[in-house]
Amino acid sequence: MAQNQSEIRYLTPPSVEIKKKKYCRFKKNRIKYIDYKDPEFLKKFLNEQGKILPRRITGTSLKYQRKLARAIKRSRHLAMLPYVTDMFK
Amino acid sequence: MLNQYETVFIVTPVLSEEQMKEAVEKYRNLIREEGEIVVDDHWGLRKLAYPIQHKSTGFYHMFEFKADSSFVDRLETEYRRDERIIRFLTVRMDKYAIEYSEKKRAAKEGKSEAAEGEKTGDEVETETEEKKEE
Repeated sequence: MAQNQSEIRYLTPPSVEIKKKKYCRFKKNRIKYIDYKDPEFLKKFLNEQGKILPRRITGTSLKYQRKLARAIKRSRHLAMLPYVTDMFK
Repeated sequence: MLNQYETVFIVTPVLSEEQMKEAVEKYRNLIREEGEIVVDDHWGLRKLAYPIQHKSTGFYHMFEFKADSSFVDRLETEYRRDERIIRFLTVRMDKYAIEYSEKKRAAKEGKSEAAEGEKTGDEVETETEEKKEE
């Protein structure tokens, strides 16, 4: 196996990216309260279909992900964010 | 138990300006009878993210008030009975929410960037993050 691996040649050299460490935005900026009345801010945590982005993508800590989800759901109830949509953003 | 609450409601856009004000006034008086209004904010006519009762816009109004927990039930019953109200939400504010609201008000009154500064810094970071993801 080890021999085979060394023989693999790539057409384009595989890019080795240095991954920037994800961080929780709320912890870093010391945001304690997530406002459901600010849809522009909450939009950053939604994908094109208006779904809530997972923690593994945004890097939000569990504590704030829960608060964020609650804020987004409240915002949706008040028609400030859509429940379902397409080509959002 | 005395708590601080925040209530947002959407008034149907078919009403005239005066009728809408009258509807808001009704709730203002209702809250005043039982508690104390802390913030009284009219957001005006806004576009809804999805249609509610075949309407695509609505007048938003927000109150922050201190009242007994039993009052919330009565307030919401009033909302439900009222045809002019198409959507409402009442939430109890925790200490962080109260802090946030006070900060926001202070920034608004003093027109200072103390509360806003935090936000703009955050926005810059998000933009770079989004680009990276693309």
